[in-house]
Amino acid sequence: MSEPVLNIKNLTVSFPDHLVLNDLSAQLNQGDFLSVVGQNGVGKTTLVRVILHELTPQHGKIEYRPVFKRMKIGYVPQFRNIDEEYPLSIRDFIGLNLHDSHMPWLSKKERQKLDKIIEQTNLESIQNTPLGEASGGEKQKAYLAQALINNPDLLILDESTASLDNVRKFELLDLVKEFNEQQGVTVLFITHDIELAQKYAHDYLLMRHGSYLSGPISEFKESDLEEAEHA
Amino acid sequence: MLSFAFMRHAYIAGTMIAVISGIIGVYVIGRNMSFLSHMLSEIGFSGASFGIFMSWPPLNGMLLFTIVSSVLIGQMSSKSSRREASISAISSLFLGSGILFLSLANKNASDATSILFGSMIGISQSEVDQILWLSIAVLVIIFIVYRDLRFDSFDHVGAQVKGVNTQAISIIFLVILALSVSVAAQIVGSLLIFVLLTLPASSAKHFTRTVSGMMVFSIGAALLGVWLGLYLGYVTNWPVSFFIAMIECVIYFGALTWNRIKNG
Ligand SMILES: Nc1ncnc2c1ncn2[C@@H]1O[C@H](COP(=O)(O)OP(=O)(O)OP(=O)(O)O)[C@@H](O)[C@H]1O
Ligand SMILES: [Mg+2]
Repeated sequence: MSEPVLNIKNLTVSFPDHLVLNDLSAQLNQGDFLSVVGQNGVGKTTLVRVILHELTPQHGKIEYRPVFKRMKIGYVPQFRNIDEEYPLSIRDFIGLNLHDSHMPWLSKKERQKLDKIIEQTNLESIQNTPLGEASGGEKQKAYLAQALINNPDLLILDESTASLDNVRKFELLDLVKEFNEQQGVTVLFITHDIELAQKYAHDYLLMRHGSYLSGPISEFKESDLEEAEHA
Repeated sequence: MLSFAFMRHAYIAGTMIAVISGIIGVYVIGRNMSFLSHMLSEIGFSGASFGIFMSWPPLNGMLLFTIVSSVLIGQMSSKSSRREASISAISSLFLGSGILFLSLANKNASDATSILFGSMIGISQSEVDQILWLSIAVLVIIFIVYRDLRFDSFDHVGAQVKGVNTQAISIIFLVILALSVSVAAQIVGSLLIFVLLTLPASSAKHFTRTVSGMMVFSIGAALLGVWLGLYLGYVTNWPVSFFIAMIECVIYFGALTWNRIKNG
């Protein structure tokens, strides 16, 4: 049995006008690939913000394991403001997240990390392309590479595949799967794409207004989702 | 030429100003703040006039106004501070009060001209020293927050995710922007700040794809403009600001053309 890395206990989050998360409990083990599904506004991004310490829950807590070590989290956010005028190359963009040194220039170790992640995400041939001119799929890969450059323990993807065609979707998730299987990165994948979740995830967490359902992805029933939508 | 003290002062001050403008400009572009830096320069004009009214050195009035207002802007949400209509309104308010201070101070039009368009001959040794110290302060602050400032300026969302204190970075940046605007105004004047603060960096964007490359190019373009501009001003006795503006515009439109040719 693999070790738990994230233990979400009775989490309740409410904003002044309404309750978003209500007594949510879930567990994430080392090496898991968990897909979080649920309709718009149900609190998926809110859950991520609690995990990232950006929000404090009203009740409940999240335990990070192992406790003696600060968990490194890589996060590909749902929204990002990169327009077509964006000046930096894909390579420089990915390198923004390096912070092993404080100098204005990159250290040798940092350059090696950058080379490695660019190679692992198959971005070598376009690393000098301006990110603003990259396609949607290439952008998502660059975001992924930036999130992975510091070897995180946990990778969170918030609807990263939402704007991608079928080929690019699989390409991106094949990469994620590689990191999950070969480097043991735990993955939390938020999506509306059930088919994709079934293809890649091991487990699911279905969020509905006020109630939650989880289990191995093979036991996921689309009817549960529909029920939530009708409720 | 350099045997004249006022030319030496102008070259020393101009060099420092070009270096910090070149660096700050890259962040101004990254943070989409051209509009805001324009407003700061108008606030600076008002501050300089206030300084004259109070019989202070204009630079001190400028520093007071730009720093206080940049901290206030930092308190506003980033969305509202970028709203162009409110920025224009505030700018006019400051321009108007600048004129008021000048007329209250009973000064003639030449003071207004030198604040608005800069003056090369006006720089004394003590002002050179002040410009030097302020520039060094700007460079030291940038060096300390370099990585976080770079991350936040070119990928605000990513920086937030990493846990960078983006609110603090934003205020620190506004303060060094205020310092740079005040210092740069000493040579090009407050109306032409953007000639040094945004044009070189905007040109740089077309030639290089990295933050450091943009800085090198933008410092180079600013230095070229200031050095050549001072020389031409000395030779022709025409305003230095005119030459600097011309040179930076030529570089900028050259960059645009080059970019068009490159992309077919
Ligand atoms: N800062 C906030 N203040 C008030 N309400 C908020 C805030 N952030 C989110 N909400 C509300 O909380 C609810 C959950 O938002 P959240 O972004 O977590 O949904 P989501 O499940 O990620 O939706 P989507 O699938 O559309 O991304 C929404 O109703 C939203 O309006
Ligand atoms: Mg969301």
